[in-house]
Amino acid sequence: MSEITPELVRHLAALARIEVSEAEVAQFASQLALIVESVATVKAAVSDEIFATSHPIPMANVFREDVVKPSLTQAQALSGAADSESGRFKVSAILDED
Amino acid sequence: MAKDQLMDYQKALDAYEVVIGLEVHVELNTNTKMFCGCANVFGDEPNTNVCPNCLGFPGAMPAVNGKAIENSIKIGLALDCQIAATGRFARKNYFYPDLAKNFQTSQYDEPIAFEGTIDIEVPSGKVFTVAIERAHMEEDAGKLTHVGGSTGRIQGAEFSLVDFNRAGVPLVEIVTKPIYGAGDEAPELAAAYVRSIREIVKNLGVSDARMERGNVRCDANVSIRPKGQEKLGTRTETKNVNSLRSIERAVKYEIQRQAHLLSQGTAIIQETRHWHEDRGATSSGRPKSDADDYRYFPEPDLVPIQPSKEWIEQLRATLPEKPAIRRKRLQELWVFSDLEFRDVVNSDLLDEIDDTVKAGAKPQAARKWWTGELARIANSEDKDIAELSITPTQVAQIAALVESGKLTDRLAREVLTCVLAGEGNPEEIVAKRGLEVVSDDGALLAAIDQVLSEQPDVLEKIREGKLQAAGAVIGAVMKAMAGSADAARVRELVIQRANEL
Ligand SMILES: [Zn+2]
Repeated sequence: MSEITPELVRHLAALARIEVSEAEVAQFASQLALIVESVATVKAAVSDEIFATSHPIPMANVFREDVVKPSLTQAQALSGAADSESGRFKVSAILDED
Repeated sequence: MAKDQLMDYQKALDAYEVVIGLEVHVELNTNTKMFCGCANVFGDEPNTNVCPNCLGFPGAMPAVNGKAIENSIKIGLALDCQIAATGRFARKNYFYPDLAKNFQTSQYDEPIAFEGTIDIEVPSGKVFTVAIERAHMEEDAGKLTHVGGSTGRIQGAEFSLVDFNRAGVPLVEIVTKPIYGAGDEAPELAAAYVRSIREIVKNLGVSDARMERGNVRCDANVSIRPKGQEKLGTRTETKNVNSLRSIERAVKYEIQRQAHLLSQGTAIIQETRHWHEDRGATSSGRPKSDADDYRYFPEPDLVPIQPSKEWIEQLRATLPEKPAIRRKRLQELWVFSDLEFRDVVNSDLLDEIDDTVKAGAKPQAARKWWTGELARIANSEDKDIAELSITPTQVAQIAALVESGKLTDRLAREVLTCVLAGEGNPEEIVAKRGLEVVSDDGALLAAIDQVLSEQPDVLEKIREGKLQAAGAVIGAVMKAMAGSADAARVRELVIQRANEL
């Protein structure tokens, strides 16, 4: 299992655009390590008799009425954007198209 | 950009067998988006129909739009599909700024509908049965605008602007199985297939089905293989084909392009290609492999969909008739010849004429207006006929004015032009512009008497029974009435008056 280093935490935080203090880096590193370890124990339970489960409780058909609810305003929507222009989120040029 | 070399179409078909596959995305016209209560509206100010859900904020929880599920099941049933006992949503992971979540909520191995068929008639009258592999639900992505660079296109763009109003709009993607044996009619079949899908979703009332707005979008897979070869050729997937005409052209182009390459011993690259309507060509996009890793996994925030048999049967009972059956019924109802009817279908005017007849017009009059004058105008303005700003009701009103003798054909065409120019409804235009045929015999008689008194020799000839002489009088009267008289009535009155005077 790869180790959760402070560098990795800083990298993840940058990807997620979350500002973290040095104290938090240390704290998250140990917490994340624990989570990764815990998840890894699940692997031991996988066998042919046990099917993958995506939900802990058997439920189906939970639907919402097709009724419009208030949305955010444009200003609210863009308030967290790194950059915006003409009411739209501004992102760096994209090389690939699909 | 280097121009592709193309093989002559007929030569290509002599040497190669064509296999196509079509993926059609249908945007549903629900009030709200697929997983949140934001309005599903086209053309609003950017980023005004967005919320934490469709902006991908952490902690936001999706909630499935029940109406979208219902509409998706209806589409599946209309395509004679089986409806899955259990359908599930999955996350399709990809990194592109048109979806803020970094995944698209879609369906993977448990689509809501699968294994259907649809009969498609091509212009020659031949009918192909197209097998549907699946119809699954997913959400649309946001709209990107590429800014900068010389062409305004993605290559060379300096930055991109994102509007997330469309992100999360419910989509149903309908995927065919490979279609063999269409031969030289493969391009027409592709267009006729999309036309039928559009007709189905429109008649179901589940989509606005306007291709020019992207409500119905098609990706066309095309591959060719030397005749007699069992192994399928490498396919390309052409995107952005958003009109029936472009679908036909794009498929034909790919057949010719691929045939040229294969004949030169060059391998076809499996890739996404983009259709450019302006230059009538496809261009290379990104390479694509079947192993594209989207790391699909079941969406943990949404529970499975298990439509009950009762619900499915209830929805089945609401289905409108199938396109093929509807066409047969309408042709019989309207008493159109095969040729007339095929012309209507291939001009894509079935719904317009149906609506016009429903609004009270005689079928032949409706057909004449749409396939004649309106098609001519659309063509001369290089527009799709659906883009003309006239409704079937307005066409029916014009037809009714002609039918009742209030307008001549010439005046009716003038009124039509005014309707298209946005001057209002036919009746209003007739009143405002004083275009109505003068049916007041008094005014006509006065004009006739005047002309006859000016031309006594003509009057004499008419009296002697030389009726062709009346032509000069009719012409002069029509001129005096500034064209707003019914020529047949004028003729009647001229003869009547000549014998009375
Ligand atoms: Zn939303």
